[in-house]
Amino acid sequence: MIGVEPVAAPDAPLARRNPVAKLAAALVFSFILVATLDPVAPAIALAIELALLPLFGVRYRVLARRALPLLAGGVGIVATLVLFAADRSGRVLLDVGPVLVTEGVLVTALGLVLRMFAVALPGVIVFATTDPTDLADALIQNAKAPARFAIGALAAFRLVPLLGQEWQTIALARRARGVDAGRNPVARLRLFGSTAFALLVGAIRRGTRLAVAMDARGFDAGTPRTVARRQHFGTADWLLLVGAAVLAGGALAVSIALGTFRPLLG
Amino acid sequence: MNAVRLRGFGWRHAGRRRWAVRGVDLDVAAGERVLLLGPSGAGKSTLLAALAGLLPLDSGEREGTVEIDGRDPRTARERVGVVFQDPQSQLVMARCGDDVAFGLENRGVPAEAIWPRVDAALRRVGFPYHRDRPTAALSGGEQQRLALAGALALRPRLLLLDEPTANLDPAGAHLVRQAVADALDDDTTLILVEHRVADALPLVNRVVVLEPGGGIRVDGPPEAVFDRYGDALDADGVWVPGRSTPPRHAPSPAGEVLLTADRLGLPPRLAATDCAVRAGEALAVLGPNGAGKSTLALLLGGLLRPGTGRVCATPALAGPDARTPPHRWRAPALTRRIGSVFQDPEHQFVTGTVLDELALGPRRTGQPEPAVRATVDSLLGRLRLIDLAGANPYTLSGGEARRLSVATALATAPRLLVCDEPTFGQDRRTWRELVDLFADLRDDGHGVVTVTHDADFVSALADRTVTLARP
Repeated sequence: MIGVEPVAAPDAPLARRNPVAKLAAALVFSFILVATLDPVAPAIALAIELALLPLFGVRYRVLARRALPLLAGGVGIVATLVLFAADRSGRVLLDVGPVLVTEGVLVTALGLVLRMFAVALPGVIVFATTDPTDLADALIQNAKAPARFAIGALAAFRLVPLLGQEWQTIALARRARGVDAGRNPVARLRLFGSTAFALLVGAIRRGTRLAVAMDARGFDAGTPRTVARRQHFGTADWLLLVGAAVLAGGALAVSIALGTFRPLLG
Repeated sequence: MNAVRLRGFGWRHAGRRRWAVRGVDLDVAAGERVLLLGPSGAGKSTLLAALAGLLPLDSGEREGTVEIDGRDPRTARERVGVVFQDPQSQLVMARCGDDVAFGLENRGVPAEAIWPRVDAALRRVGFPYHRDRPTAALSGGEQQRLALAGALALRPRLLLLDEPTANLDPAGAHLVRQAVADALDDDTTLILVEHRVADALPLVNRVVVLEPGGGIRVDGPPEAVFDRYGDALDADGVWVPGRSTPPRHAPSPAGEVLLTADRLGLPPRLAATDCAVRAGEALAVLGPNGAGKSTLALLLGGLLRPGTGRVCATPALAGPDARTPPHRWRAPALTRRIGSVFQDPEHQFVTGTVLDELALGPRRTGQPEPAVRATVDSLLGRLRLIDLAGANPYTLSGGEARRLSVATALATAPRLLVCDEPTFGQDRRTWRELVDLFADLRDDGHGVVTVTHDADFVSALADRTVTLARP
């Protein structure tokens, strides 16, 4: 399962920044990088991200575990390109039947994998260092998001871990009823579908009960809401945002200076 | 002015033919403590929802009037606090203090006043932790006390409690009732819905019983109500205090061994346990929350692979399959020998009607259609489900869903029945039926294992008990 709760040391200098500032900085950083297709800019960006990691209070081992799904994606990209790439230029490295691996293929694959990591890691870092409650608070207070949306999503998010337990219970209950699929793939698919349906019914019921309970405590009743936990957006948060833009811009500038820049559009 | 005033009140949920509640005239003075009773389906929860202003006009049809302090409940919500039955679906925030603060934020309480009120509310319910404690780390009883603090922090004039202890073990339920008793001040009005009357009586000074067809059947001080109407209420399924059920223990000594657990465990949920399950014997598994009782039920039911030790079926239970452990049997083979009844009946429902639900097991185990029909008919009659044969299992009441889940396990005539908290939240009528049903099965030579917190159930049925400790 993909971990969602924060794992960082909460007092690290950049982890302490306002959640909205972190989220915006990550978006700016990633967005600038998307502009190029070359491998140099993402490589520089990745180096910057890894160098800044200690300032976010995240240990490299923890990040590696969090980014495991990305690693699987990277392997997928390489495998796909090795099998299906149209551009097979460059020196031949391996030629086994339909598999023709050339330098050109490897460079393209490397560029794509680097890009994916460089673009996705800022998001991984933000969620690894941000408490969901703080994020919802900051979205409401600093980004003027509607409380109905931010608190509603937060409350729903709290129910997610329950779904895993629920799935296991429903699956066991089905076996107890004499329903199993054995090795038959069609029966397996049907069993999966019916278990998912039962899970959905339960989730909707629970969600409805939660909504009623929130109603009973005056949520979204039209009274202006106050905030118990103040989120501050200060100079340091602006600096983080500007810093992200400058660093990503710098990576692009180096790539242009080296002549490797390949714009996404045009 | 009365805190609560109902005149000819009725409510019909949109799309239903039957009125959930109807013809209710009721006055409750400020500071009164009312226990609201009535058989399943008499409309207690609907009435509470109406008082809490939680029935939107477009969700049904209303008759008569409801007033809280002379106002429509929808505009008097800030005067009413509610605690519901299920702890999991009424906590909103990840940290305890934030959850209590949630209602205060919604009501627009100034930020500097919020935390003192949060701390005061947590103290009032005897909450043992700091407000930074994650809500997910609390037991059910602690979560309900937190929900109570969340309601009390809003300083309601009327507190509505809808079976707040029905999902809790006895220790947790006791602490929640204690918190209610300690936290109420003299001018707070209380309306409580609770099946277990004896437990609720110390909290109340008036009992109101709803009539299922409409109106109020009895209203008065508890002693007077139970003296005069005790028998009738008992027959309706209300837990009238001081009534005991004649116990039904095994008429003859237990028979052959069906299943043995040998150093059986599943760390960290269950420590190594030895026990034997016999034919013609009702075995009760006891122990505090977190001791692994439900895990033991799943292991004995052949649904989980043991972490340590093993489960062995005897040839008396499994014939030639006794050589393989139950968790490796195919599902149809398992369900012919061991029936499992889960704590939440809805987890077990697979089909769209009660009839298909009962027929599923016999069909999966390859019985011919006439035999399936005969089994289904006999179970429908035996468990009072005939009128519901075409109903969707998800629309049944708590008692009906429980009877159906037991009936589905019996449909394949397993020699061994394993049940997890079968009597949780049941009214007395269903409770008594379950005792008789399990006793009949046991007397017919079945083995019956029940995981339970219910001391009355143990003394009425169990021939032997196993008590687990926390691992």
